[in-house]
Amino acid sequence: MIDEEQTDFEERRTLSDFLREVPWWGVIVAGVGIYVLISMLTNVLYIEAFKAILPGIRITLEVTFLAYLLALILGLIAGMLRVSRNPVLYALGTLYVEVIRGLPMLVIILYAGFVIGPAIRDATHKVVDLPMLSRAIVGLGIGYGAYLAEVYRAGIESVHGGQMEAARSLGMSYLEAMRFVILPQAIRRVLPPLGNNFIALLKDTSLVSVVAIPDLLQMGRLFISRTFRAFEGYNSVAVLYLLMTFLLSALVRYVERRWRIP
Amino acid sequence: MSEPIIQIRNLRKYFGHVHAVNGVSLDVMFGEVLMVIGPSGSGKSTLLRCINELEKPTTGTIIVDGMDTTAKGFDVNQLRAEVGMVFQSFNLFPHLTVLQNILLAQRVVRKRDEKEAESISRDLLEKVGIPEKADVYPSQLSGGQQQRVAIARALAMQPKIMLFDEPTSALDPEMIKEVLDVMLDLAREGMTMVVVSHEMGFARAAARRVVFMDNGVIVEEAAPDVLFTNPSHERTKLFLSKILH
Ligand SMILES: Nc1ncnc2c1ncn2[C@@H]1O[C@H](COP(=O)(O)OP(=O)(O)OP(=O)(O)O)[C@@H](O)[C@H]1O
Ligand SMILES: [Mg+2]
Repeated sequence: MIDEEQTDFEERRTLSDFLREVPWWGVIVAGVGIYVLISMLTNVLYIEAFKAILPGIRITLEVTFLAYLLALILGLIAGMLRVSRNPVLYALGTLYVEVIRGLPMLVIILYAGFVIGPAIRDATHKVVDLPMLSRAIVGLGIGYGAYLAEVYRAGIESVHGGQMEAARSLGMSYLEAMRFVILPQAIRRVLPPLGNNFIALLKDTSLVSVVAIPDLLQMGRLFISRTFRAFEGYNSVAVLYLLMTFLLSALVRYVERRWRIP
Repeated sequence: MSEPIIQIRNLRKYFGHVHAVNGVSLDVMFGEVLMVIGPSGSGKSTLLRCINELEKPTTGTIIVDGMDTTAKGFDVNQLRAEVGMVFQSFNLFPHLTVLQNILLAQRVVRKRDEKEAESISRDLLEKVGIPEKADVYPSQLSGGQQQRVAIARALAMQPKIMLFDEPTSALDPEMIKEVLDVMLDLAREGMTMVVVSHEMGFARAAARRVVFMDNGVIVEEAAPDVLFTNPSHERTKLFLSKILH
C-alpha cells in the first residue's frame, strides 16, 4: 500500500517535471518551422535553393566545432592567467583578452586570413602553409577565446576560496587543485554562458564567407548571384541557420542537465 | 612525549598594518593535544594557518617534524601532506561524493592505487561512524556528518599532526558531540593535535595545555583546569567570564 503510493507519487512528480522542462516556446517554433520546411520542400524553387546551399552546412558545422574547441582551450589558458597572482602571467592574459575583445570579429578573421597566415607561411619557408579554412578557424577560435577567458575567470572566482585552501592543505599543488577541485566546479557554473557563446559562434561563422570559404552563407550568396532569386535564397539560408541553432541549444540544455551537481 | 614536533619561534604575521600574530613562541610536543582559545580577531586562525603555510609568516621560524618551513625553497606540499587541517566551514568538495572526497588527495598526492585508497577511505568512514554515506554528495549530509567526512579526508593522508580551526562552531548543538567524540578518539590514539575551540569539555578531557591568545600574543598557558578555574591574568578572566555567560 505504502509502496504503491510511493510509486504513484514518484510518477506524478516525474511527469510534472517533464512538463516543466519542455521548452514550450521551442515546441511552437518547431511546429511553425516544420510547417515552413514542408511547404518549402514541396516548392520546386526552394528545392533548387536547398540543393545548392546544403553542402555549406558541413563547412559551417566544421568551422563551428573546431573554432569552439580552440576557443575552449585558449579561453581556459587565458582565464587561468587572468586569475594568476603572478603579475607577468596576469598581464599576458589581460593583454590577450583586451586586445582581442577590442577588435571586431571580422577584422580578426581578415587578419588571420591575409596577414598572420601569410606571415607564418613566409616565416617557415612554406613548411607551414595553412589553407584558408584553417586560418579562418584559427581566427574565430582566437576571437572567441577572449570571451571564454572571461567566462572561465568569472567561474573560477565564483568558487569559494575555502575550496582552494582545503585542496592545498591536503598537499595538492596549485595546478592540481585547479584541475581536480576548482575547474570542475567553475565549469559547471558557467555552462550557460559557455553554451550561449557556442551558439553565438555558430552564427559568427557566417563571417568566414569574407575570406571566400564556401560556408552556408557563401553558398547562399553564390546561388543568388547565379539565379537572382534572393527571396528563396536568403529564406533557405535563414531556415538552415535557425535549424542548427535550435539543435545546438537543445544540445547545450542536455549537457547542462547532465552535469548538474546534485 | 618530550620531543617537540612543532617549534614556533618569534612568529609574526602582518596583514598591512594589522598585526594578526605579533611575536608568538610555542612548542607542541609529539602526541600532545594543545587547545588555543581567545577572543575574535586575536590571531588564533592565523597562527594555525602559519603552521601549514596557508599563510606565509612575515618573520620568525616554524619547524615542523624537523623541517624548517620558513627556509628558502622549502616544498610546502611535502609539509601539508604531513599536517592535516579541518576547517570551521568543512570545505568538502561539493562536486564529489563522500568517498571521492576522501580518495582524491590519496590518488593525486600520495599516488596510491585505486583499491588501496578505497579500502583506506572506507575504513576511515567506519571510524568516523558513517560508512553508509560513502556514495552520497556532501550537500546531502548534516553539518556534523560533513565535518566528520572532512576529518576522515584529512586523516587519509596519514598526517602526523592535525590542525582544527573551530571545528564545531558552525554546528547545531546536537551535532557538536558526534564531532568531538571523533576528535577524542583521535587524541586517545596519540595524534598530535592543535585545536582552536572554546569547547571546554573537550579541553578538559583531551588537552594537556590550553593557550590563551589576545591581540596576536600568547597571554598565558596552563593546564585546562587551572586556566579555566583560576587564570592568572585579568584579560583571561574577562574573556572567560564572557564565554561562560
Ligand atoms: N587575509 C587577511 N587579510 C587581512 N587581514 C586579515 C586576514 N586574515 C586575518 N586578518 C586579520 O588578522 C586578525 C586576526 O585574525 P584571525 O582570523 O587570526 O583571528 P581569530 O582569532 O581566528 O578570530 P576568530 O575567532 O574571529 O576566528 C584580525 O584582525 C583579522 O581581521
Ligand atoms: Mg578564526
